[in-house]
Amino acid sequence: MTTEALTPLWEVFIRPRNGLHHRHVGSLHAADSAMALQAARDVYTRRGEGNSIWVVRSADIAASDPSFAEPMFEPADDKIYRHPTFYDIPDEVGHM
Amino acid sequence: MYSQGLIGADSSTTESAEFLALFQARIDREEKIEPNDPMPEGYRRTLVRQIGQHAHSEIVGMLPEGNWITRAPSLRRKIALLAKVQDEGGHGLYLYSAAETLGVSREQMTEELLNGKAKYSSIFNYPTLTWADIGAIGWLVDGAAIMNQIPLCRCSYGPYARAMIRVCKEESFHQRQGYEIMMALARGSDELKELAQDALNRWWWPSLMMFGPHDSESTHSDQSMAWKIKRFSNDELRQKFITATVPQAEFIGLTVPDPNLRWNDETKLYEHSDIDWAEFKAVVAGNGRMNRDRIRDRNKAHDAGAWVREAALAHAAKRADRNAIAREAAE
Amino acid sequence: MRSAATSMEAAGFRAILELADDGLILGHRLSEWCGHAPTLEEDLALANMGLDLLGQARALYAHAGAIEGKGRSEDDLAFLRRERDYCNCLLVARPNGDFAVTMARQLYFSAFMEPYWHEIAAHSSDETLAGIAAKAEKEMAYHLRHSGEWVIRLGDGTDESAARMQAAIDELHRYTGEMFLASPARLEAIAAGLLPDPETVRAAWDQTIAMVFSAADLTVPDVRVPQTGGREGLHGEDMGHLLAELQFMQRAYPGQTW
Repeated sequence: MTTEALTPLWEVFIRPRNGLHHRHVGSLHAADSAMALQAARDVYTRRGEGNSIWVVRSADIAASDPSFAEPMFEPADDKIYRHPTFYDIPDEVGHM
Repeated sequence: MYSQGLIGADSSTTESAEFLALFQARIDREEKIEPNDPMPEGYRRTLVRQIGQHAHSEIVGMLPEGNWITRAPSLRRKIALLAKVQDEGGHGLYLYSAAETLGVSREQMTEELLNGKAKYSSIFNYPTLTWADIGAIGWLVDGAAIMNQIPLCRCSYGPYARAMIRVCKEESFHQRQGYEIMMALARGSDELKELAQDALNRWWWPSLMMFGPHDSESTHSDQSMAWKIKRFSNDELRQKFITATVPQAEFIGLTVPDPNLRWNDETKLYEHSDIDWAEFKAVVAGNGRMNRDRIRDRNKAHDAGAWVREAALAHAAKRADRNAIAREAAE
Repeated sequence: MRSAATSMEAAGFRAILELADDGLILGHRLSEWCGHAPTLEEDLALANMGLDLLGQARALYAHAGAIEGKGRSEDDLAFLRRERDYCNCLLVARPNGDFAVTMARQLYFSAFMEPYWHEIAAHSSDETLAGIAAKAEKEMAYHLRHSGEWVIRLGDGTDESAARMQAAIDELHRYTGEMFLASPARLEAIAAGLLPDPETVRAAWDQTIAMVFSAADLTVPDVRVPQTGGREGLHGEDMGHLLAELQFMQRAYPGQTW
């Protein structure tokens, strides 16, 4: 068994440039948030991948349960009236 | 840079036939499997083993090339090599992260590497004797790695596939870096050309071994192929590598060290001598020139860094306490 | 007039070489860590810092070579001088030691170079040099932050890390004074407006070090005899071994294209 204390795992989110969302790019280990930010910079932005970084402890992420995915997400599948193509508008009306 | 074919994973699994059929159907539909999805234990175990071996290979792979960073012959070469070896470290990190989504910690995987239980690519148990070895590794070893890694970008396990996409993107300069070194040597003085040829002679066969045993001998291939962890067989990838590499050697006037190498116009493949599988097995079993040195060096770095990791955790705990006290005081 | 201009060029060449050698030697030292750092994350961080410094050195050698006008390339200058002709400060050549020594060395150096590059970028009469400085200043700002955070964590971590951090400070502090001394070449470069007087950044350096040491609970040692001589090519015994590795290929296979 591992004897060494575990260094916390962090998830890293990078914004490639202004105007875009931060996007999950991977994870890393660091003892605290300041070091996690530096590590994220050193590991994940070596080729100019971004201009802003978020890090969050992996343990702090609440995730939906994949085994409950069907009740969670399938009910939205047939609500086609939420999409513009559900409504018939004659072509003559033009773009709407 | 990639490990050879998977060594010794147990893909046996105990789930019901119905569960396995449903899982296989998802794979067959090219659905990606994501971290908390239900998956057969054998699938999980195979991935942990393969991604772990792959990650270890990146980390151990830093050592033979790192051996020449301080002796690189020009500033341009020095910077390129440092950046390349740094990339290997990054790739190890991405891969450990991918394996961690399967419920195994980096610390556990590291411990298995350090105590000699975990495998890594045998290619790194050969020594880098001259500067030309750095060229040969970039050209041949990274070249073989690319053959292995590109199909892994489509692996059925999402986090592994995503890590591989990032790795492949970053590695695109590695092989060019190596070939450029070889080209410069091959076009240099007789003495330099000799260095290049000697390196090719020593790295050619171990590079071919990187693809793992012949398909007929490869015990884990069928299940891994069915689960789309693996997409091509060892021999298919090896042939692709030879076909791509031989003309590159010819272009710079180096000779592939195989008297039986011959293009077969009918099969459209190169025929080559038998690989020395006894050597392969010996190195995998721990009896290569550098096996002990590599593990010793990894242990040394790990042990020498223990107090640093402890200090970082201790400081984080102190800081958290201080913040808690400050919050209480403020309330 | 002609001889004055030539002498000025020689001084400028030499003064820029000092900066280039600092970058090369410290970059080389950091590259020695590659594959051996305390964590994987730190392995990447150390390589990044090494690459920054080696990149600075390349630009500075190329510029120095152009000023000298004898056709010496960056590699000629980096690899083919004798030990006594390297004019880096002693601090940057100090062996890596443990991680505390490496971080202390980086803190001391970057706390000096960040404001020094800033002054060069703002005031140098040499546009090329000012351009190199503007880029280097940002790189050093990151090195300062990174090494500062580590020095604080090690100083205020465990008993062992605190003892190691203090030992590193005790070992290296005596080498810091040399950064503030101006060699004859640098004095000429200062007079010509090429480089600022290192003394102009002393207050900033003192303040940075005081701030980090206070957070890290470290004590500035009493230095009776500061160590100097690097700018004149009087190095420690480690320097020869460093150069033996650095120069090995160029010496073993002279005149080749790599």
